[in-house]
Amino acid sequence: MKQVFARPASLSETAFTYCPGCTHGVAHRLVAEAIDDLGIQERTIGVASVGCSVFAYNFFDLDFQQAAHGRAPAVATGIKRVLPDRVVFTYQGDGDLAAIGTAEIVHAANRGEKITVIFINNAVYGMTGGQMAPTTLVGMRTTTSPFGRDPRVAGHPMHVVELLSSLGGVAYLARVALCGVAQIHKAKKAIRRAFQVQLDGIGFSLVEVLSTCPVTWGLQPVEAVRWLEEHMLPVFPLGEVVTPEKRVISPASAGLPAESKERG
Amino acid sequence: MSVQTTADTRVLMKGNEAIAEAAIRAGLQAYFGYPITPQSEISEYMAARLPSAGGAFLQAESEIAAINMVYGAAGAGARVMTSTSSPGISLMQEGLSYLVGSELPCVVVNIMRGGPGLGNIAPSQADYFQATKSAGHGDGRNLVLAPSTIQEAADLTVLAFDLAEQYRNPVMILGDGYLGQMMEPVVFPDARPPRPAPAWATTGRAEGPVRLINSIYLEAEALEAHNLRLQEKYRRMRAEVRVEAYKMDDAELAVAAYGIAARVVRSAVDRARAKGLPVGLLRPISLYPFPSDAFAAAAPRVRAFLTVELSAGEMVEDVRLAVEGRVPVRFYGRMGGVVPTPPELVGQIERALREVDGR
Repeated sequence: MKQVFARPASLSETAFTYCPGCTHGVAHRLVAEAIDDLGIQERTIGVASVGCSVFAYNFFDLDFQQAAHGRAPAVATGIKRVLPDRVVFTYQGDGDLAAIGTAEIVHAANRGEKITVIFINNAVYGMTGGQMAPTTLVGMRTTTSPFGRDPRVAGHPMHVVELLSSLGGVAYLARVALCGVAQIHKAKKAIRRAFQVQLDGIGFSLVEVLSTCPVTWGLQPVEAVRWLEEHMLPVFPLGEVVTPEKRVISPASAGLPAESKERG
Repeated sequence: MSVQTTADTRVLMKGNEAIAEAAIRAGLQAYFGYPITPQSEISEYMAARLPSAGGAFLQAESEIAAINMVYGAAGAGARVMTSTSSPGISLMQEGLSYLVGSELPCVVVNIMRGGPGLGNIAPSQADYFQATKSAGHGDGRNLVLAPSTIQEAADLTVLAFDLAEQYRNPVMILGDGYLGQMMEPVVFPDARPPRPAPAWATTGRAEGPVRLINSIYLEAEALEAHNLRLQEKYRRMRAEVRVEAYKMDDAELAVAAYGIAARVVRSAVDRARAKGLPVGLLRPISLYPFPSDAFAAAAPRVRAFLTVELSAGEMVEDVRLAVEGRVPVRFYGRMGGVVPTPPELVGQIERALREVDGR
């Protein structure tokens, strides 16, 4: 009998410890499948961040480093600069990447670090118990925005993909959503393409993955997926924003003319 | 600038440049740094020289990023360093704690400047507490080496890499703005080849079982066991105590000083000896581990200690702990970049001797 479904080799035997209905497990699987598909398990190094996915290294059968809160892109830079023929990826949440780690993500992207970033956006701090995140929707109630996020006080949900799209080092940026089979298939394609861009040595790649946090959202798992579709998709448009063929800023357009590059 | 020398060639170099050249010869594979006076020459030297020596140079977006790049490269098995000055070291405290907790070898250079806050860019020794008492938050420690000549800065830089790798721990070179900026002749060792990545490094699974670089231990007992292992390592580090005794054999007053302050004290000791005053210099070279035994051994043989620092009095606390009240421990410090002159210190030596004489 032909086997049609199995645990990806790049996932470990350890059972996920995420909450019921949390989409981290789906995202982990998609990353592992992409690594398996590309045949790069033996030379891939992951960087775990701080948040619910702090223990991501338990679930992948890969070499891993655990980074300080927000610093995963800097840690990944350090790895990639000394091991340029390896594949390096970070797995970061919205608090880690879009709040405390904004400097690191912006500059890693701008340098065109040949790393891949898996950015989980569930609009909330999950591990610390449901506080407001940079990506929390306007009006959305969290434990630190108990009356709903007021943009006059707490600003607006941050659009990371669009924010990074103007940087010359960026080679691939996409936003996907883990709601429904069709979207999950698109997410897998985007994640795989992001790794391929790294393998091709083109530049920085990031996939923003719209995800659910049923526990802190106070919703049942299926309701949470519906909530993502109804409330997050209108705010965070899906699709490929930057590809190697379609870049907002041409990396070649920002320099000095060739004859004036030498200062003397 | 590229220095091609053999082991017996003396070259005149700035302290910052000598540290950079020594690191490259020690087999440096990666350098990450952020510009800050008075140590930016280290970054500049690395930018010009390290790539052609086969290493990776990157100017980070901040000291926070730089120390985390060091973490990544060290975890990937590379011989790696960063350098900064006092405000930058404050920003690196978090990263140092992670490096210590994950037991990653690296070299961190702090060319100290005046504080607190933005302070100034003049020489200072006011980061002693920060360097020696804790590597960031938690119970972690760095080895701390304090050169007082350019030659010693080069030699200790090479040693720092060996100690970092031997103990799988960050090693800090603690200098000051004078040491970074002044020029002296220096002899470098021959260049060493880069080291192969150790078995624990995350280089991709092809070379062995899954490796993990990590400092999180969620269970209380597991984290305590990890800390006990680290504390045992710090006890083993006591083998690395280094101290210089200068004219201490018949000294009745021991002047304690390190780094640039010890340079001035040495001159003051010579001048005081010329006046017939029985004074010597006890100079810690390793600040952590502190040479407590040397101070405890000297305590019964002298009538007093005088600690001289470019600070409000930081190392003096370790001197007092080692001396345990057996004889008086006096302190003289200047701050803000003011460096005492030899005559000024001779005056302090005379005063300290008068006071123990009760005159």
